[in-house]
Amino acid sequence: MTKRQKRPSDELSDEQLLEMYYYMVLSRKLDERMWILNRQGKASFHISGIGHEAIQVAQGFAMRKGHDWYFPHYRDIATCLILGVTPRHMMLALMGKEGDIFSRGRQMPEHFSYKPAKIVSVSSPVATAIPQAAGTALASKLQGKDEVTIVGFGEGATSEGDFHEGLNWAGIHKLPIVFVCQNNQYAISVHVSKQMAVENVADRAVAYGIRGVVVDGNDVLASYDVMKEAIDRARRGEGPTLVEAKTYRPVPHSTADDDRSYRSREEVEAWKKRDPILLFEKVLMERGLLDEAKKQEVLDRVMAEVDDAVDYALNQPYPPIESAAEGVFGDSPLVKWSKKGTING
Amino acid sequence: MAIKTNLQAVRDTLMEIMERYDNVVVMGEDVGPRGGVFQATRGLYDRFGPDRVIDTPLAELSIVAVAIGMALNGYHPIAEIQFADFIFPAFNQIVNEAARYRYRSNGAWPVPLIIRAPYGGGVSGGLYHSQSVEAFFTHVPGLYVLAPSTPKDIVGLLRAAVQVPDPVLFFEHKRLYGLVKGEVPDDYYEIRLGEADIKRRGDDITVVAYGLALHEAIKAADKLSEQEGIEAEIIDLRSLVPLDLDTIYESLRKTGKILIVHEDNQTGGWGAEIAARIAEEMFDWLDAPVMRLGGPDVPAVPYAPPLERWFLPLADKIAGKMRELAEY
Ligand SMILES: Cc1ncc(C[n+]2csc(CCOP(=O)(O)OP(=O)(O)O)c2C)c(N)n1
Ligand SMILES: [Mg+2]
Repeated sequence: MTKRQKRPSDELSDEQLLEMYYYMVLSRKLDERMWILNRQGKASFHISGIGHEAIQVAQGFAMRKGHDWYFPHYRDIATCLILGVTPRHMMLALMGKEGDIFSRGRQMPEHFSYKPAKIVSVSSPVATAIPQAAGTALASKLQGKDEVTIVGFGEGATSEGDFHEGLNWAGIHKLPIVFVCQNNQYAISVHVSKQMAVENVADRAVAYGIRGVVVDGNDVLASYDVMKEAIDRARRGEGPTLVEAKTYRPVPHSTADDDRSYRSREEVEAWKKRDPILLFEKVLMERGLLDEAKKQEVLDRVMAEVDDAVDYALNQPYPPIESAAEGVFGDSPLVKWSKKGTING
Repeated sequence: MAIKTNLQAVRDTLMEIMERYDNVVVMGEDVGPRGGVFQATRGLYDRFGPDRVIDTPLAELSIVAVAIGMALNGYHPIAEIQFADFIFPAFNQIVNEAARYRYRSNGAWPVPLIIRAPYGGGVSGGLYHSQSVEAFFTHVPGLYVLAPSTPKDIVGLLRAAVQVPDPVLFFEHKRLYGLVKGEVPDDYYEIRLGEADIKRRGDDITVVAYGLALHEAIKAADKLSEQEGIEAEIIDLRSLVPLDLDTIYESLRKTGKILIVHEDNQTGGWGAEIAARIAEEMFDWLDAPVMRLGGPDVPAVPYAPPLERWFLPLADKIAGKMRELAEY
């Protein structure tokens, strides 16, 4: 019998494993409630992380919280929760309420931003963050800091020039960065086969002289192993990795999408059997860490947090209208704004 | 008082800024040992090395994107776009990212950086080495847009630009790099963004300009003064955003007549905004319609010398407009 190689996830304590599970469930339940709030007319939009929780939790646990730089994919609710964003913050952003820490009601939901956790502000154009992440990584390297930059995106985003330019920089300067592609096989309705002629997104790494790794993005421990190794390597100065987490989005692209036009119900149902939470529950049960009672306990805790967040956010005001005109530029004694009018002067 | 060309002013000020601020890096195509295709960064690489003078891949999108990332992480990058004509691959990063970061994060993530770009015609650069691109950016809240045209102004504005906590587009007219020489005071000074400068005094008409058009307007004004007794007041905007409407309006209250000249296409050029503001706020003071002289509305500056001259806002053309305005 060959001895199984030691994996980074072997180091995770029972408490950590259960914490990972808790975050997966918390993210899922928050997310489900967001869909409901949208259908109830209480939130104009939501873009979901359902089905992607394994890779998201894995990367959150593999990062050094508040030390590493993180440019999230817009589906990364679970990762942001791990890094310190609260369910209340998520709900405030969902509804565009005062107290939204991401943007004070300026951006659509899931455009995360939280400076204390080094969560860099997400914008809507896909892939723009990828070369920017090369910039934070270059800055870390030049300053001799042992920070790693992690940047997330979907497989559709890898068709943008930004992706290729970002990887090129990372390869040239051997940057401390991990590119994390959550390949859910669709960019809205467009199948990955119409996005690229290579089999794996990770195959593209070779063109830039960097490591590419494919992992089952629905397996939280396998994803953790790959993320931990990639981040550790980057921190040790061994260069960047492009991680491709294969996963699936069992819900429409966003609350504005209807996925029945572009894929079969059979396909979706088949993937639901590989739900990352179900898969992890099986592992935890096998290890004797989870049973039905414990599951219920986690669920009760999570639902209380979700209810609290929703109640809280529903009862907050919107930001004052005047706030929308503020903060275009920072204050500077070296800038003179003309007294006349407001536009540009 | 030293006499410098515009190019020397850029180069010396970059050197000075890099000495003064450890967190400033210069990055762009050929900015390293080659010193830039216009030599604006000559000497920087030898003095500061590859960690602070970064030869980038030939990829404008990521020159700006990487600069944004560095700005998020403690640096104040000065990125060079080799020719303004090639800034468009970076348009999304400038407009959707750099300009919006502060606002979209409610102030949490400002992006302090400078993007330098040589622009403008008069160098036989044809369609793709002559463009004026400023109006694409003056339209965008969140960007400062500067276009200084003399050595003194370049020095003072660059010194200030590197201290403001937001993105600055710093346009340098490439025809003027070696053409314009001027005095640069020895004592340290800065010029605030948003302050225009009256480059010539006059009571009859007001002319607003920047770049090559500014110098041509001064030439035209001197000639008209000598030959026809028309005295034009020439305002050098220096800063397009913020726009110094105070200075423009003050002059207009005196002259009642205004001409706006720029090399950028007339339609939708920055002059259109200035004209609109005057129409809204200064109508009572006008003794003549607001006049504009911008580049002809063809896609860009043509190559053959007579065609190029046809495009550019040269002194004779400006003088014609000035006369028309004075006589109105
Ligand atoms: C530059 C740009 N083009 C188009 C869009 C509209 N859009 C939003 S998400 C999306 C699909 C993205 O797919 P992928 O990168 O695979 O990420 P996923 O949503 O599947 O996680 C599109 C086309 C956009 N946001 N940005
Ligand atoms: Mg996708």
